[in-house]
Amino acid sequence: MAVSKQRVGMAPAGAPLAAEAPTPLAPAGAPPAVGRKGRSEFVYFAFRNWKFVFGLCVVLGFLALAIFGPMFTAHKPLDFAGPTDARPSHAYWFGTTSYGQDVYSQFVYGLRSAFLVGAVGGGIAWLLGAGIGFTAGYRSGWLDDVLSMLTNVVLVIPTLAILIIVAAYLHVHSYATEAILVGLTSWPWAARAVRAQTFSLKTRDFVDIARLSGRKTRQIIVTEIAPNMSSYLLMMFILLFGGAILIGASLDFLGLGPATSVSLGLMMNNAYAASALLLGSWWWFLPPGIGIIGIVGAFYVMNVGLDEIFNPKLREL
Amino acid sequence: MMLELDTCCKSFRVGAFGSRDLLAVRDVSFAVNRGEVVSLIGESGSGKSTIGKMILRLLRISRGAITFDGADISSLQGRKLKEYYADVQGVFQDPFSSYNPIFKAGRVFTMLRSEYFSGLSSSEWHARLEKSLGAVSLDPGEVLGKYPHQLSGGQLQRMLIARALLLDIRLLVADEIISMLDASTRIDVLNLLGDLKARGLGILFITHDLSLGNYISDETIILRRGEIVERGSTVKVFGNPVHPYTKMLLASVPQLHGRWSDSAHELEALVAAAGDGSGGAENGSAPDVSHELVQVEEDHFAADGARR
Amino acid sequence: MSLRVDDLTVYYQSLRGDVKAVDGATFEIADGEIMGLAGESGCGKSTLGKSLIRFDTRMRYVRGSVELDGKELPVWDDARMNPFRFQEVSLIPQYALSALNPTRRIGKMAVELLKSRGVEIDTVMPEFKRRLKLVGLPQDILERFPIELSGGMKQRVVMVLSSVLDPSLLVADEVTSALDVSTQRAVAELLVEFRDRGFVKSMIVITHDLSVLYQVADSILVMYAGKLAEKATADTIVRDSRHPYTRLLLSSLPEVGVRFAERRLKGIPGRPPSLLAPPTGCRFKARCPFATEKCDEQPPFCVLEPGHEAACWNVEAA
Repeated sequence: MAVSKQRVGMAPAGAPLAAEAPTPLAPAGAPPAVGRKGRSEFVYFAFRNWKFVFGLCVVLGFLALAIFGPMFTAHKPLDFAGPTDARPSHAYWFGTTSYGQDVYSQFVYGLRSAFLVGAVGGGIAWLLGAGIGFTAGYRSGWLDDVLSMLTNVVLVIPTLAILIIVAAYLHVHSYATEAILVGLTSWPWAARAVRAQTFSLKTRDFVDIARLSGRKTRQIIVTEIAPNMSSYLLMMFILLFGGAILIGASLDFLGLGPATSVSLGLMMNNAYAASALLLGSWWWFLPPGIGIIGIVGAFYVMNVGLDEIFNPKLREL
Repeated sequence: MMLELDTCCKSFRVGAFGSRDLLAVRDVSFAVNRGEVVSLIGESGSGKSTIGKMILRLLRISRGAITFDGADISSLQGRKLKEYYADVQGVFQDPFSSYNPIFKAGRVFTMLRSEYFSGLSSSEWHARLEKSLGAVSLDPGEVLGKYPHQLSGGQLQRMLIARALLLDIRLLVADEIISMLDASTRIDVLNLLGDLKARGLGILFITHDLSLGNYISDETIILRRGEIVERGSTVKVFGNPVHPYTKMLLASVPQLHGRWSDSAHELEALVAAAGDGSGGAENGSAPDVSHELVQVEEDHFAADGARR
Repeated sequence: MSLRVDDLTVYYQSLRGDVKAVDGATFEIADGEIMGLAGESGCGKSTLGKSLIRFDTRMRYVRGSVELDGKELPVWDDARMNPFRFQEVSLIPQYALSALNPTRRIGKMAVELLKSRGVEIDTVMPEFKRRLKLVGLPQDILERFPIELSGGMKQRVVMVLSSVLDPSLLVADEVTSALDVSTQRAVAELLVEFRDRGFVKSMIVITHDLSVLYQVADSILVMYAGKLAEKATADTIVRDSRHPYTRLLLSSLPEVGVRFAERRLKGIPGRPPSLLAPPTGCRFKARCPFATEKCDEQPPFCVLEPGHEAACWNVEAA
């Protein structure tokens, strides 16, 4: 019973000897990766990881477009701007729709709503997932049972189906409402992951030492357990952000989002309804498609990069 | 009596949906006084760490009572519990797990400062900190700014003892605190406990190592499957063990002044008498029949165990 | 002479440079000898044991030779070592207990392992079963899952499995340290029994616990900071050791009967040096009460009397 605990994280399986490695090596296996040389080491590895840098650049690029894009167009996204079904040109960079609306304008405003849904929806899901996960993992007993059951129930319900029903009844009028709906349904996997991590971290003696220091439960979770999972929490947020954008776009495409506004999903819905695909108006449906795939894809690539950054075993040295 | 345990029990829910109760500690009673080292000796699964955790209020007691200065500790909450922790502290087996790996080691002290010494000025605090680090022969400059993995296990354990001393505690629960340290440094930590005892600290020394318990403690308690099989003054328990299980443990300790092979046949008899071969740590649960402790001589009790 | 190790030097590769884990190890083990290898954590004892069988990816062979039963062991060559492993030299690794796959039955696991070593299952199985019974394991052990076994039982399975082909040398790395006191004794005594029954010719028992070694080993080799410090018979090491490190280490061990109130033991001040850049000369000099200027020079591992060697300039003074 004596030895194994602190050495577990140490080496790949099959290298038990590493634990007995000479002193200067021995501590290297503990998980110091995050805080300590943390920040500098994180930055060092982060900017040497092309996946992370690439993903970040793409996301920031779209974000910049969402923020500054509207400055470069005189047309409101839903206004009648001029010719219908015009190809991209100097006047209408991304062409126009069958209703004579400016696709570029719709695209940049659509990006805004995508980021809104991602940030708010992902943020809500992140808060719920982390909150429920930490509570269930730290407080075992009936509270854990109840929360885990809730998590599992929400997890197995087909989210999109629920959203479709709810969205249909509620008549979603704004992207904020849509984002909240998305956030309220996409947290379970995050909660389960956080719960499992918390469950294993809380058995570490430093949690007991904090309790013996008179710390309250909430303080222990926030200042002892969460910092040990910071990489995890960051990756979780990125995945939830991308996921929320995707779900939001699906809803809009199905026509269940706010009808009076503009979003990437709604653009595709309109393009589809107007048979843009058949008419060959590629400039209508390609930009929103690329936007969705680009942002969500970039988030996932970033996540893979982060995984490599935080996990030394995956680092490309 | 400073700390007193009265027929303490601890059961854990196990099995699917907690369908079964596993009795980890059964009717354990003993006391720790001021300036006394009591060692709680047992193999894995004996419930020794569970008892330590119950005293530290990290685990709830299932039945029985634990009192400190006559007051039941099980109902302590909030401010009262915090006051209890100003008197009673613990140090655990694995020094590396006792420190949050992403923060500097000195954080175990600053955490205490914010909870207990927020009124102290910076200079008062540092004087106090230096004093308690001095008591465990550590140089503040050498350890406070380091990360846990940059320090040795011995240094980390001493810091945790210093952390407990900072609070002027009266009882220390030391749970296997030297079993992960190297031989050349573990004795110094053990001696430190001896010095603290001389200053009036009561210590519950939890260990699986009989020679360590024998070296440092005044009173010894031998646990087996959550039950006390023998207890009394250390000299008497080790000098005149009565219970077959105690005898068997003693015969199994590797010594440097005698070989096992000289006492091979004795052991077999002891194992047979002790009940079941391996010492019974393995299936964890306490036996169904509880055994009364009967007095052997003054300050020496043994379970009526040969019955089984 | 069963095993002869000459000037074996193995480094550990780390991001900060080479860790000189085993530096110039030279020793011999006779047929039928159980040699204990003792030292504190990080002294290189496990690296030494492991280097006789399989280098892990971070270990680097520097120099030296190993000879087993008169044949050279190509320890630096992973592929050429294969025919020797398991057949001639075998290892019970540290933490073997926790390495058993919990979802595989013991029997299935054993068969897979033996097959992977190219062993004829049918010829070995009867003997394997006989030995399992011999070490006191129940008949149905092969049908059980590791999770159903106690630590002592698992350790026995691993011991029988790694010695089933009667290897010439068995390296047992901390096989007793995770066990309870009572189980520890039984397992340690089994090691001796394996040798007595000829299941293995000679054995290296690695542990940090000198008192366990005194119980089972014929000779004890003490390592300090990657270097050999002293080697002698178990009795000589315990009663008449000459190296200051061995003596101080022994005098710091509490034994049943020694009490703080009556006799206060002392530890060794200081810490072992970093093996990334070990000091020149004797590696113990910074902690040694007898150190002189002479100790800036590496003391040779010299013979004090037949079978007793120590690396210290002041063997007399100590």
